[in-house]
Amino acid sequence: MLAFIIRRVVQSAIVMLVVALVAFALFRYVGDPINSMVGQETSLADREALRTRLGLNDPFVIQFGRFVGNALQGNFGISYRLQQPVMELILQRLPATLELALVSGLAAFILGVSAGVYTALNRRGVIPSAIMAASLIGVSLPTFLIGILLIWLFAVELQWLPSFGRGDTVTLPGGWVTGFLTSSGRQSLILPAITLGLFQMTLIMRLVRAEMLEVLRTDYIKFARARGLPNRTVHFGHALKNTLVPVITITGLQLGAIIAFAIITETVFQWPGVGALFINSVRAVDVPVMAAYLVLIALIFVIINLIVDLLYYAVDPRLRVERSAARH
Amino acid sequence: MAEPLLSVRNLVVEFPTRRGVLRALDGVSFDIAPGEVLGMVGESGAGKSITGAAIIGLIEPPGRIAGGEVYLAGKRIDNLPPDAMRAIRGKRIGMVFQDPLTSLNPLYTVARQLVETIRTHLDLSEKEARAHAIGLLDRVGIPAAARRIDDYPHHFSGGMRQRVVIALALAAEPELVIADEPTTALDVSVQSQIIDVLKEICAERGASVMLITHDMGVIAETADRVAVLYAGRMAEIGPVRDVILNASHPYTRGLMGSIPTLQQDNDRLVQIPGTMPRLNAIPTGCAFNPRCEHSFEKCRVHAPHLIDVAPHHAAACWLAEEET
Repeated sequence: MLAFIIRRVVQSAIVMLVVALVAFALFRYVGDPINSMVGQETSLADREALRTRLGLNDPFVIQFGRFVGNALQGNFGISYRLQQPVMELILQRLPATLELALVSGLAAFILGVSAGVYTALNRRGVIPSAIMAASLIGVSLPTFLIGILLIWLFAVELQWLPSFGRGDTVTLPGGWVTGFLTSSGRQSLILPAITLGLFQMTLIMRLVRAEMLEVLRTDYIKFARARGLPNRTVHFGHALKNTLVPVITITGLQLGAIIAFAIITETVFQWPGVGALFINSVRAVDVPVMAAYLVLIALIFVIINLIVDLLYYAVDPRLRVERSAARH
Repeated sequence: MAEPLLSVRNLVVEFPTRRGVLRALDGVSFDIAPGEVLGMVGESGAGKSITGAAIIGLIEPPGRIAGGEVYLAGKRIDNLPPDAMRAIRGKRIGMVFQDPLTSLNPLYTVARQLVETIRTHLDLSEKEARAHAIGLLDRVGIPAAARRIDDYPHHFSGGMRQRVVIALALAAEPELVIADEPTTALDVSVQSQIIDVLKEICAERGASVMLITHDMGVIAETADRVAVLYAGRMAEIGPVRDVILNASHPYTRGLMGSIPTLQQDNDRLVQIPGTMPRLNAIPTGCAFNPRCEHSFEKCRVHAPHLIDVAPHHAAACWLAEEET
């Protein structure tokens, strides 16, 4: 078990190093950083002096080492556009994105699994067919269109929910700015969370349904029925647990995708999160923010994948190879 | 014969498909006496497994019982509501499936699957159920049962897993065990061990067995009576010795002729020409008539019913009527 974790952590570190290399290349080779820092009147000699002072003439390996060292301490430099440390900017906006991602991810998982199980167990009937048909819309409509449609219906026509922003927020000790504690904050969360989670929900639902139908055909489910176990035990004890391994994989990847691709939703709803920061930085060619964002998203993906691998372990005893090997 | 434990009367099972209704079982009738082992043989698709599934009420939809009755100890069970039927499954009728590698849920320990099954049917505490489970595993011949019970299915070999499956099927001491090709997926060397375990335990508990197989050797050694199915119909039924030595139905004779024996010197085994008809193309009259070398006019028009050829021995063949 421990060896497995260590192996996975080392693999994750390698992945992070590769991503850092890409981020660094962005820094170093997308345009000339000196150009973005000084005015047009600066002489060539002054530019060269600044270049040397900033270490831009050092060999590649030393520069990359310095970048990784700084990144490890959370130092990604100063934003060109906002003249603030990049890490500070990201940390300010991260709670907004994480709260949005958490709510939509949880809702997508819970609703997706329930609807998937329901439609798998009730294959014929009006309601399951309606859910399946509706899920096609969820899978095929682009996120921004869903967001705009929701705004049109619930914010413009019905005027039930706000169309943009986070509403009122409360700063918790430790600097975490939360929207959960005010009613306007909670209301503002609903539309973006639906927009962001709808695709994931329908994806999880269709996956759970397909896996569940597959599992219900297996011999051990037939045998469980033949032993007279109640339907509830057969469906939720035996069948559901067996569908979970692939579902966990996809859900984990989707959670990463929710955080990474919150960009579109945040843009549509003017949500003050990391995604909106990234879009604005791209417009201003604010390379330090882009590089930091890249590294941050990679880190989130790597951590989620690590957790997913550990969850497999918890769910499927066949993966606990070392233990069984020790036994025989 | 005493009152039969299981009585199947004119059982018809149909599968509606886009191209019409397929009749997988067509008017099958037989009895199993208490403590008796009935072997059921036939080619793949002859309806052996469907018969087992129909008795225990687990035919996969859209298949359904379209006619006939099933009685367990004199009480009709084929039309029971789902919950009442569920209470019979495992408790009064146990079932052993073909492939032990896929019959056990891979994610739960053997202990959990046994305890769960025992506590569904018997009013026992967790601890008592566990003790009962260890006793069962010990009885089916799993060494160090008290320790092995907490292992997962993948820790066991195929033969050991089939022993676990038998323990699970017998957990609530059912009166009837339906064993659907219990040894087909196993290594030849452990097949006879598994059959012995199954036979012994059922004998000591007085349980009847319906043994579905296409291995005539197993039938000859294990069963009291044998039923031969062909294309969803009963071809012949009778005591094992009578059927093997004096088969009346040409199909049964062909089946017996295709078993290799040490005494035979032939280069080739006897082979029945042709194949069993598909369910959507069963000929009128006797289903076997196109392959039968003795068929005559009546065979092509009227389907034969079971005709007694000896005490307790009947064959569905017009030739049998001629002889008697």
